Amino acid sequence: MSDTMNNDVLLVAEKLTKRFGGLAANQDVNLSLERGKLHALLGPNGAGKSTCINMLSGDLPPTEGRILYLGQDISRTSAAQRSQLGIGRSYQRTNIFPKFSVFENVRLAAQSRNQRAWKIFADAMNDKTAVDKAMAAIEEAGLTSRAQRIAGTLSHGEQRQLEIAMVLATDAQVLLLDEPLAGMGSDESHQMVELLLKLRPSRAILLVEHDMDAVFAVANTITVMVNGQVLESGSPEQIRASTQVQQAYLGHEEMLHV
Amino acid sequence: MSKHIPLILKLIALGGLLAFPMADSPFYTELVAKTVLFGIFAMSLDLLVGFTGLVSLGHAAYFGIAAYTVALMTPKYEAASFWTTFPSAIGISAAAALVVGIFVLRTKGIYFIMVTLAFAQMVFYLFHDTALGGGSDGIYLNLKPDTTLFGGKPFDLDNPFHLYYLIIATLVVVYLFLKLLLRSPFGKVLVGIKSNEHRMKSMGYRTFGYKLAAFSIAGGLAGAAGYLYAVLFGFVTPELMSWHQSGNVLLMVILGGMGNLVGALLGALAFVAMQEVFSTWTKHWQLVMGSVIVLSVLFLPGGLSAVPRRLKAALTGGGEK
Repeated sequence: MSDTMNNDVLLVAEKLTKRFGGLAANQDVNLSLERGKLHALLGPNGAGKSTCINMLSGDLPPTEGRILYLGQDISRTSAAQRSQLGIGRSYQRTNIFPKFSVFENVRLAAQSRNQRAWKIFADAMNDKTAVDKAMAAIEEAGLTSRAQRIAGTLSHGEQRQLEIAMVLATDAQVLLLDEPLAGMGSDESHQMVELLLKLRPSRAILLVEHDMDAVFAVANTITVMVNGQVLESGSPEQIRASTQVQQAYLGHEEMLHV
Repeated sequence: MSKHIPLILKLIALGGLLAFPMADSPFYTELVAKTVLFGIFAMSLDLLVGFTGLVSLGHAAYFGIAAYTVALMTPKYEAASFWTTFPSAIGISAAAALVVGIFVLRTKGIYFIMVTLAFAQMVFYLFHDTALGGGSDGIYLNLKPDTTLFGGKPFDLDNPFHLYYLIIATLVVVYLFLKLLLRSPFGKVLVGIKSNEHRMKSMGYRTFGYKLAAFSIAGGLAGAAGYLYAVLFGFVTPELMSWHQSGNVLLMVILGGMGNLVGALLGALAFVAMQEVFSTWTKHWQLVMGSVIVLSVLFLPGGLSAVPRRLKAALTGGGEK
């Protein structure tokens, strides 16, 4: 039967299309995210990678096409509903609560799994489930020593780690990561790559990234987009050997020979 | 030790409020009572403006609705029961805020400000232009609510001291209620919405419900203040829900420092005090007050509640934070 019957396939995009007026930012994009696999999305600026992630996360409604989560059509659900289903995302531009502590950023994320809004006289800090989950996510993202710092005072790289910790605290099974390495130094990128490798076995990950070293180090599958369309999709070796991809990246082809 | 200072200061302030009637000045006792009930009103708005990030310019509507509730529930020559009118006033203003909230919370930013104002104006004209509540003249509350409960009278609202202490008790209850609320998971979500609503949604929060609940709670608490106003002064007019009143309470919150309950109380105190002082100086007191407000916004970002922190920073030579 089709891929969607496979238990490990969590998220599938079928002929996903987004038009802004006459411009097709995404045209017939097909993607599939499997548990235990990291799927990287490559492409030059303006290729439509962020639009694609925004549709998958529910931030943008698709114009056409379907998104299936465990075989169920979720194309019309809101971002909040998708988060509750288990689809978490991080943002290209760091999107945190800068005035809260690192702990509170992640605790809020964890609290979203067990919302007991009517308990208005309970102390949020007594919600042990959320507190423990937050501490675990902070540790997994390698931020334990920073837990009490105000998030806005962290270094850029640490803020990117915080983004990941917040996604982890929501128990997301599908991680949609929009350029988690953007603006990171080499040490920080190295740490992030380690983190991605650690997260990969138990989750399905979509990674949008420009850092080719990192992509080839962690990806099981690579999809290359150009002008809103999928140019090529396959294993890292296939992509590296593809003449089509090399042409699209003309002038950058040395990047593919790392 | 130093972390107990705020608590000690609050207790001293409360002690001062409790002891104030000893000064035996009915005029000032009433003025303090008025300040306190505006403080309750300002705290209720701060829940929206300072903690949830919802700048409402129509908050006086709920203050007024509660005031009219007690006036309309009171027969002309007979006192209504405090025990039915007080919860009713709070409940009706909370319900009104719930209904209005369903519409206004679909908008954001400047549109939210305008739509809350528009709804408040609708309520204003409903009372101003129809016979429902005595038109533009309003209604006199000839008899203050009767507090008889199970045959006994625990306190008597015709006694100015008793009424004063009821207002102080309401202040304490509302303050503690909001403190608990803000400490709870619910409150943390509100503050998260203020900081970054988009991220809250992407973390799986349906923020609309939280905002609606906050809007309704704030309406109900404004209603508690409005009820006490009607009982204290013995009359209600549509002016209670005019946009001036909504603007005034917003100014109190800004003067005191948004997102700080004590700030809202200080803001109300500063506002009423300025009104009293400047109006004895000149007939154009609003001009003076306007200037003070402009200056304080320019030179005192964070409002009155930020003064101790700024002083401390200045004294310890630390840079401003």
